[in-house]
Amino acid sequence: MGVEIQVTDLTKSFGNQLIWGDVTLTIPAGEICVMLGPSGTGKSVFLKALIGLLKPDRGSIVIEGVDIATCPERQLYEVRKLFGVLFQDGAMFGSMNLYDNVAFPLREHTKKPESEIRDIVMEKMELVGLLGAEDKLPGEISGGMRKRAGLARALVLDPEIVLCDEPDSGLDPVRTSFLNQLIVDLNAQIDATFLIVTHDINTARSVPDNIGLLYHKHLAMFGPREMLLSSEEPVVRQFLNAQKVGPIGMSEEKDADELAAEEGMDLPPLPPIPLQLEPSNGIPRRSQRPPGEWCRMHGVVPPPGSFEPNMTMLAGA
Amino acid sequence: MASAVTTRVLAPVGTAGKLFAFALDVIRALFRAPFQLREFIQQAWFIASVTIIPTALVAIPFGAVIALQVGGLIKQFGAQSFTGSASVLAVVQQAAPIGTALLIAGAGGSAMAADLGARKIREELDAMMVLGIDPIQRLVVPRVLAAMLVAVFLNGMVSVVGVAGGYFFNVVLQHGTPGAYIASFTALAQLPDLWEGMFKALLFGLIAAIVASYKGVNAAGGPKGVGDAVNESVVITFLLLFVVNFVISAIFLQIVPPKTG
Repeated sequence: MGVEIQVTDLTKSFGNQLIWGDVTLTIPAGEICVMLGPSGTGKSVFLKALIGLLKPDRGSIVIEGVDIATCPERQLYEVRKLFGVLFQDGAMFGSMNLYDNVAFPLREHTKKPESEIRDIVMEKMELVGLLGAEDKLPGEISGGMRKRAGLARALVLDPEIVLCDEPDSGLDPVRTSFLNQLIVDLNAQIDATFLIVTHDINTARSVPDNIGLLYHKHLAMFGPREMLLSSEEPVVRQFLNAQKVGPIGMSEEKDADELAAEEGMDLPPLPPIPLQLEPSNGIPRRSQRPPGEWCRMHGVVPPPGSFEPNMTMLAGA
Repeated sequence: MASAVTTRVLAPVGTAGKLFAFALDVIRALFRAPFQLREFIQQAWFIASVTIIPTALVAIPFGAVIALQVGGLIKQFGAQSFTGSASVLAVVQQAAPIGTALLIAGAGGSAMAADLGARKIREELDAMMVLGIDPIQRLVVPRVLAAMLVAVFLNGMVSVVGVAGGYFFNVVLQHGTPGAYIASFTALAQLPDLWEGMFKALLFGLIAAIVASYKGVNAAGGPKGVGDAVNESVVITFLLLFVVNFVISAIFLQIVPPKTG
């Protein structure tokens, strides 16, 4: 069963530059969350703060009763064993082949015999579809394979929390779909808490249970998928539907002139909310909720055509 | 404005402080189990393999220059019988540790900074920390110990090669007396000089490895950052080594009075 992450009033700046301030959210145990945000809003910084690689200026991150932001380093290394992290480029150890890379955490942290390590490594390699590539060096394979190998390494210690930093950047749409399906299947299998940082709205619309949006140095909104997808809030609406009209400009914020020019422009209607991606074996995940449940409970009328099978996936098209 | 200037002026102090804090971290991690024996042996072998040949090649002219300079001077005093002694003293006490240090820093340290720097910018070190492994304990400590071990051995090699080179130049080229060269070895030089040379080599290995590791694990800003880290690590190490060498030599001269022939 996954672990809950409680983030309270988290603030981080580099020098005088505030990255984001007063971020408060609870990532529920065992659910899939996506953290969205325009480029350069500090999504990766947020992820690194969650694993204690960067110390926040203020606030707390509590995981199983331990505050990552203030705990001593020794304790931090213990808490980190709960995590599996997929880095943007996989962050494979360049001097080892894929097999040794995936086996590395097992060899360092467990006293398992080599035969058992082999079974676990092969199982994870099969999971990410890399059987047969064990002897390759990270420099010899494509970015997509490195990413999948990184995922295999992240999963090898059976983590309670899986963090993915842009799992879909640099992957083709087909591989992205497979990876998304893999994440959903994994969540169904191991019940770990997933947090995915991305700016791919396709992923954001169809994969998670919850969505968060970082924008303009703060957390604009965090909540169930259907809440954000049916939201009329300008920033959320603009970002989740990939529209040009709205407060987000080319350089983070639009200036007054640009906003004035948009005055009176009609926002395109909200696109229908797609069905959530289901585990490939058809057995619902523990944290999965029936489509439209949130909307019904909160009296929100979803955009027409929502939750219909075979609807077009791409928003704003 | 004033604060900006202060920040600028105090920046080197901050760097020195961070370097020192890093050194303390390394020393603390030295005594934490488990010890990475495999990494230690691999690194020792690697550092030795990149330094042995250049060190030997540097040691020969080192010994030769001392023999030629000192030989020429001593001849004018008519004290040729002391050439061997002067040569041994200069090589064992100063030239060997300094020559070793230059090569450990230049060949070993630069490779170390480049390796760790590349790992840093590829997020490998972050990944390691996230996997619950302290890169200082896993990567830096074995490298520091390996550099210290290899430095001591290289120091011995430079001493031997330097003295032999001195012998060759003194006896063959300057027509010195072989017997006198060897017999006068202990006239000025004494056993503590050898200990001092080894101690200095050990310390220089430590400094070179710590500076190189510090610069490597703090590399930032892509491939150029790694290049800068390597460059800075070599420059800083050289500066530190000469200062430390001066201080240790001065202290040593106070503790062990020089032998007078």
